[in-house]
Amino acid sequence: MGNGTSIGRVRGLGSAHEGAHHWLVQRFTAIGNIVLALFLALSLALLPNYSFATVTGWASQTLPATALALLIVSVFWHARLGLQVLVEDYVHDAGTKFGTLALLNLATIGGGAFGLVSIARLALGGAA
Amino acid sequence: MANRPMAPHLQIWKWGPHMAVSILHRITGDGMALVGLGVLLWWLGAMAAGPAAYATFETVMGSPLGMVVLVGLSWAFFTHMMSGLRHFVLDIGAGYELDTNKTWSILAPVIGILLTAGFWALVLLR
Repeated sequence: MGNGTSIGRVRGLGSAHEGAHHWLVQRFTAIGNIVLALFLALSLALLPNYSFATVTGWASQTLPATALALLIVSVFWHARLGLQVLVEDYVHDAGTKFGTLALLNLATIGGGAFGLVSIARLALGGAA
Repeated sequence: MANRPMAPHLQIWKWGPHMAVSILHRITGDGMALVGLGVLLWWLGAMAAGPAAYATFETVMGSPLGMVVLVGLSWAFFTHMMSGLRHFVLDIGAGYELDTNKTWSILAPVIGILLTAGFWALVLLR
């Protein structure tokens, strides 16, 4: 057997042009978080009180519900990326790292889905 | 040993503001991810579940310990936002001069504390 053709020896060794993907998505979601979390913080600060009727009345409107749903997607994605880096930095055993990242995916996707369903229930009037 | 480069170990490096703001970014970010997202989901879930569940949330988060958590989370948010904005500036290749870097490493968390105070002033004085 030979050592393959010249092109075969080098194929796949170059940049896949996606090395910066994690880094970029961290920034894109960060921009989303700034806009949406500030919207949530300002809206909460300006509510007249925090009774059930007031808060659900605010959150079930179309615009706040849309912003809350987008915040859930952006912030859970951002948090997943951040916690992934934490795991990769401090968990060194390959098996434990795989397991921790699998749990992280379940927790962030599951948590995000729970948030979206809760907002949908509020916005679509399904709440008790 | 004088004036020679030393091993990059946490106990050996002389701590500077740029190191503090870096680890603070990770602590506030991962702290919000682990604690803040739980509170956020509990709040949304309690609103969706109805007045009884919301009353439980209100009682716990309105307690002294709950208020410590909420103030802590708001501090973590504004601090993480400021050090995150600092990262955006560094990302475009600016702010690496020693003086500038030190100044913003100190200012970012200080502005974070001021924004936290401003937020709670808005909530309490509204």
